[in-house]
Amino acid sequence: MIAELGHFALILAALVAVVQTVVPLIGAGKRWPGWMAVAEPAALLQFLLVGLSFAALTYSFIVSDFSLRLVTLNSHTLKPMLYKISGVWGNHEGSMLLWVLILAAFGAAAAAFGQRLTDTFRARVLAVQASVGVAFYGFILLTSNPCLRLGRPPLDGQDLNPLLQDPGLAFHPPFLYLGYVGLSMAFSFAVAALIEGKVDAAWARWVRPWTLAAWVFLTIGIALGSWWAYYELGWGGFWFWDPVENASFMPWLFAAALLHSAIVVEKREALKAWTILLAITAFGFSLIGTFIVRSGVITSVHAFANDPERGVYILGILVFFVGGAFVLYALRAGTMEAKGVFALASRETGLVLNNVLLSVASILVFVGTIWPLVAELALGRKLSVQAPFFDTAFTPFMVALAVILPVGAMLPWKRAKLGRVIKQLIPAALVALAALVLVWAVQTGRSALAPVGVGLAVWIIAGGLTDLFSRTGRGSFGNRIARLFRLTRADWGKFTAHSGLGITILGVAAITAWQSEDIRVANVGEPFEVAGLTLTLGEVVREQGPNYMSTTAPVTVEKDGALITMLHPEKRVYPVQAMPTTEAAIHNGLWRDIYVVIGDAQQGGGWAMRTYIKPFASWIWAGCALMALGGLLSLTDRRFRVAAGARKVRRAEVPAE
Amino acid sequence: MRRALWLIAALFALALPALALDPSEMLDDPALEARARQLDHELRCVKCQAEAISSSNADWSRDARAKVRELIAEGKTNDEVKAYFLARYGEFVLMNPPVKGWNWVLWLAGPVLLLLGLLVALVAQRRRSTKAQGPDGLAPDEEARLAELLGEK
Repeated sequence: MIAELGHFALILAALVAVVQTVVPLIGAGKRWPGWMAVAEPAALLQFLLVGLSFAALTYSFIVSDFSLRLVTLNSHTLKPMLYKISGVWGNHEGSMLLWVLILAAFGAAAAAFGQRLTDTFRARVLAVQASVGVAFYGFILLTSNPCLRLGRPPLDGQDLNPLLQDPGLAFHPPFLYLGYVGLSMAFSFAVAALIEGKVDAAWARWVRPWTLAAWVFLTIGIALGSWWAYYELGWGGFWFWDPVENASFMPWLFAAALLHSAIVVEKREALKAWTILLAITAFGFSLIGTFIVRSGVITSVHAFANDPERGVYILGILVFFVGGAFVLYALRAGTMEAKGVFALASRETGLVLNNVLLSVASILVFVGTIWPLVAELALGRKLSVQAPFFDTAFTPFMVALAVILPVGAMLPWKRAKLGRVIKQLIPAALVALAALVLVWAVQTGRSALAPVGVGLAVWIIAGGLTDLFSRTGRGSFGNRIARLFRLTRADWGKFTAHSGLGITILGVAAITAWQSEDIRVANVGEPFEVAGLTLTLGEVVREQGPNYMSTTAPVTVEKDGALITMLHPEKRVYPVQAMPTTEAAIHNGLWRDIYVVIGDAQQGGGWAMRTYIKPFASWIWAGCALMALGGLLSLTDRRFRVAAGARKVRRAEVPAE
Repeated sequence: MRRALWLIAALFALALPALALDPSEMLDDPALEARARQLDHELRCVKCQAEAISSSNADWSRDARAKVRELIAEGKTNDEVKAYFLARYGEFVLMNPPVKGWNWVLWLAGPVLLLLGLLVALVAQRRRSTKAQGPDGLAPDEEARLAELLGEK
């Protein structure tokens, strides 16, 4: 009964979305206030209805209603509550429901906070947002209904895949979707602006927070997924460049480009057409990502044949919305005259370079991802494009980005003296160079990767500090330090996010260059050495978990006789899915992680053991956290909090200054 | 979760308890074993979705790792080992697509796109600065003077 209510609510939500698309759009065209006013209550109602539908499905999972096909396939009575709930989105149908829920939530948020937009513009934004919703409601109701019943319900479910029963992964999809779908706001704003034929600073001031929020969510989502892979897959890899990862990385890169170019529109009213194009492309890549994941077309051409209906439908959505937006763009982009002119040496140019590097890097990832498909379909060659290619091809772009970042970030708007900025940055450059040389001299292996990574990180952070300090004006050193804390949150956000990028670069470079691996047969009680550490395997025992069986042993880690830590690596078997997982034991440290995995019992006695030393591993995710934090700081900057509504107030304030 | 979804598919296809490289598979000579590990990262498990044989638990990967070590023990060079696999399984078995024929398109995509992007940006910049001397446009010397004054502030 509850599930049927959920299904019914979803159908109603789809109908409301149709109304929300058609009526306000016509109303805005004809300037009929009554028709335009439909948009806001419709957006809220739609959100309420999808929320109801999602709640119904969640309820079915919580009470383990195995008459629902989806619950049977993905849940089990013994599963811990957290994973019963995360099981709602741990499958195709449920995750698509989450997709539309978030889409509707963003629509409702725009309706609730959009009072300061002009009536026609708000109506159009909400209509475009709803039109995307219509397409996905159709997709769910026609091809992926989550509320299907089973004729003969089983006694118990088939359980969620054990790899997914993990706290990190429980929250990975919602964040990723908040990011993916958050970009739909940028898309709706872009398309509404194209229909309206007007883009100005106020428009950018609206688009930027939405994009920033989406980017922050996407950053957290990707970081969670990568962290999960690191500790769960049992060998400490954190990024694999597989198509599904790339699917989330491409929109992330485009969103990063978009939120930078939106600054130029906001501050200088330049790059308007380009920003609109980026907004469309960023969401386009979200849709491409959804398509890649949901159709399985890239990982294997044959998976496409298994589920052609879903793949083709999403491809249809993609072509319709992105194609349609591009046509609109071609018709209207010419009307968006740029106001701000800028010289070659200027902040604008710095941000243009940032945009070129990020967009090209993203397109490169795209080309690499689809190349096997292209090669097979067009050339009849079956080949693989895997991590080594992406490492080689992608890294130079990030290096270039890191090199220009501190300079671009300090250049004044419109017309700058490059020499003056460079002169200010000389100390930062020297510190970075010193760090690079120091690391080069200290490290044993002679790979250039780690020194360059460290040098770039120091360069970005020292450059950021220089930038902050240069904003404190003149005066005594003490005064300037005091003034540092009165800088806007946008300034601090910029510094934090950029530093985060530097720290992630450092982490990735260090772990790649310096990690060590040891694989051996370990006998109980016999110590062995790995990279200066002494490890001893203790007694191996079998234990019973809530819904799994575990084989575990304590491993003592000592250095020069002093105990560093006691680790408990585990091997689990989940009987319902007959699937083993490895639970690596990790000692997280500031300088390095100690990562221990226990394997099988060996025929001649002893256990297979794998030990990894992962230098600076935590820095990768600490950097991501800083990037997200920087985004949040920027998001709470005064100009967004007071935003357009304060325009009148500010105008009144001018004479007083 | 997205990554996990296909991982699941991969793992389902070959649910096997073993943990990739096992100590019993390893060569005794550390130098040769190190070369073998390097090769493990360059060869793809052809039965899996997107994994190198180094991290894959599939039977096929286990056999492939054994073959790599056998060939190395016979004194084959890295290139010869790769050629052995290439001859039997085609380009698909190489993690890195070989730089020849149409694959040049793939390898040149990055640099060419970058040049193109920079060119477009430069042309757009030129066009902007010649065309637009908007209502608030100042003559270059005025602008320089203004910048100076603002800088002095």
